[in-house]
Amino acid sequence: MSILTLQGVSRTFDGLIALDAVDLSVEKGEIVGLIGPNGAGKTTLVNVVTGALRPSAGQVIFDGTSIGGRKPYQIGRLGVARTYQVVQPFPEMTALENVMAPAVFAAGASDMETARKKAREALEFVGLADSADIIASELTLAGRKRLELAKSLAMKPKVLLLDEVNAGLNPAEIDGALELIRKIAASGVTVIIIEHLMKVVMTLCTRIVVLHHGAKIAEGTPEEISKDEQVIKAYLGKRYSQNLAGKAGGNG
Amino acid sequence: MIRILISIIVVAAIATLPLLGDNYLLRLGTMFAMYCVLALSWNVIGGYAGYPSFSTAAFFGLGAYTGAILQGAGVPMFAAWIAACLSAGLFAVLLGMAILHLKGHYFAIASLVVAEVLVEIATSWTSLTGGGMGINLPVLRISVAAQAQLFFYAMLAAAVLAFIMNWLVGAGRIGFALQCIRQNEDASSMVGINTTRYKVIAFTLSSLFVGGAGAIYASWVFYIEPPDVFSILLSVKPIVMVMLGGAGTIFGPVIGAFVFIVMEELVWRNFLSFHAAVLGVLIVALIFFLPNGILGVIRRRRAARSTEEGAAS
Repeated sequence: MSILTLQGVSRTFDGLIALDAVDLSVEKGEIVGLIGPNGAGKTTLVNVVTGALRPSAGQVIFDGTSIGGRKPYQIGRLGVARTYQVVQPFPEMTALENVMAPAVFAAGASDMETARKKAREALEFVGLADSADIIASELTLAGRKRLELAKSLAMKPKVLLLDEVNAGLNPAEIDGALELIRKIAASGVTVIIIEHLMKVVMTLCTRIVVLHHGAKIAEGTPEEISKDEQVIKAYLGKRYSQNLAGKAGGNG
Repeated sequence: MIRILISIIVVAAIATLPLLGDNYLLRLGTMFAMYCVLALSWNVIGGYAGYPSFSTAAFFGLGAYTGAILQGAGVPMFAAWIAACLSAGLFAVLLGMAILHLKGHYFAIASLVVAEVLVEIATSWTSLTGGGMGINLPVLRISVAAQAQLFFYAMLAAAVLAFIMNWLVGAGRIGFALQCIRQNEDASSMVGINTTRYKVIAFTLSSLFVGGAGAIYASWVFYIEPPDVFSILLSVKPIVMVMLGGAGTIFGPVIGAFVFIVMEELVWRNFLSFHAAVLGVLIVALIFFLPNGILGVIRRRRAARSTEEGAAS
């Protein structure tokens, strides 16, 4: 059974159509990539799923319940976590306190001690255990991105939506982040990732969904997507697909 | 543990004030306790939650009028005070649900005009409030000295309750949620915090004891009128006190209230003709030089010392 289903979800802003009747079905354990040019509606889709925006039309079904139009905190408690394009820490708290907040309020830890323990586990998982007592605003960008992941994990999510977690990271940091995302997926969390770096999407995702002008124009395995005419025209560009084809040919 | 002990000793020391037999000091002590109530209450919404509320005067005046009207109708004084707490609290719940979705300046302005609206109502509704003529309270049939003591202890009790409330909020789940909201409200709702609910709780907690203090004040001075108990200064002063002592801390509001009342008295005595101007300049200077309050300076000193020691060893 699919864990997250979108049926004809639309979102308009004063007549501007940001999402246009999008159908999407995500199975448990998948890593789904969400790609498309700037303004294609990727972040809007994340906002609609997590409750930051109400859908103008259509149904969002998570784990059997319709969640379209519910408040972010309600959806968060059900088990949908997200990270933002721009990191959103509680800047004056330590890393540990940052992660305690979701452990207390979303995962419902019974007391502060339990929350502290859960938070430490999440920090350990993302490799920030040594930075637990550092004030969030003093972490490096890569550190703050990991902190966002730790916060999401402390919510005990079933679905995790990652909005450009790798933006602004250097290649070494990206490799570290990829490894971490794989680890998260392996722990049983379904991952939906918005990403501009094709290398990341192609190696990480089991399935890719392409948005353009708010509508879904293609869906399939990384290989299918890289050959799709419409996707090449709207997003990838000729040179990229030729490069990819050339490489594939060279390898084969 | 040490902090609880210090608190008890300080309260006990203040409680011995009537023994000195100085009426001026006793009046000052009552004012100090009242300022503590206002500052500790504002700290919950303004300090922990970071919502710059200017509604303190509205809660205070509402409490004062509730107490005065009820006492005029023959309700016992003590019961009237409790009713004043509740009426301010109920008002805060409704007002909070209406304006707490506003942020920053917008919230500040919305919370500011509430007192003005209440002044107009209190002035126009002559049959209930006596209008601009104000309202007289029943005089107590006990000696003047006994009255002074009674209201001093009543205000002190309100201050202690506000202090305990402030402490419990700061140390508990509510305070944690409010600090998250202050630092990043969007992220707060994403990590599962029902931000509306916590903000309304904070706003209500910031009103209860202020309403009670308003009623005690009304009983104390025997006569209230709209511009007196809805004065904008009642909204501004607690903000200054909390910023002075340290916003979002447990002891900051009390320290701020103390420094403020000492300052106010000194300025009042020495610059009778332009005390408001001097006080204003002092406030501006303090905000410039002590942005995190007195507790902020102490903490920074302590942190600097510990890093120095760390470097030396």
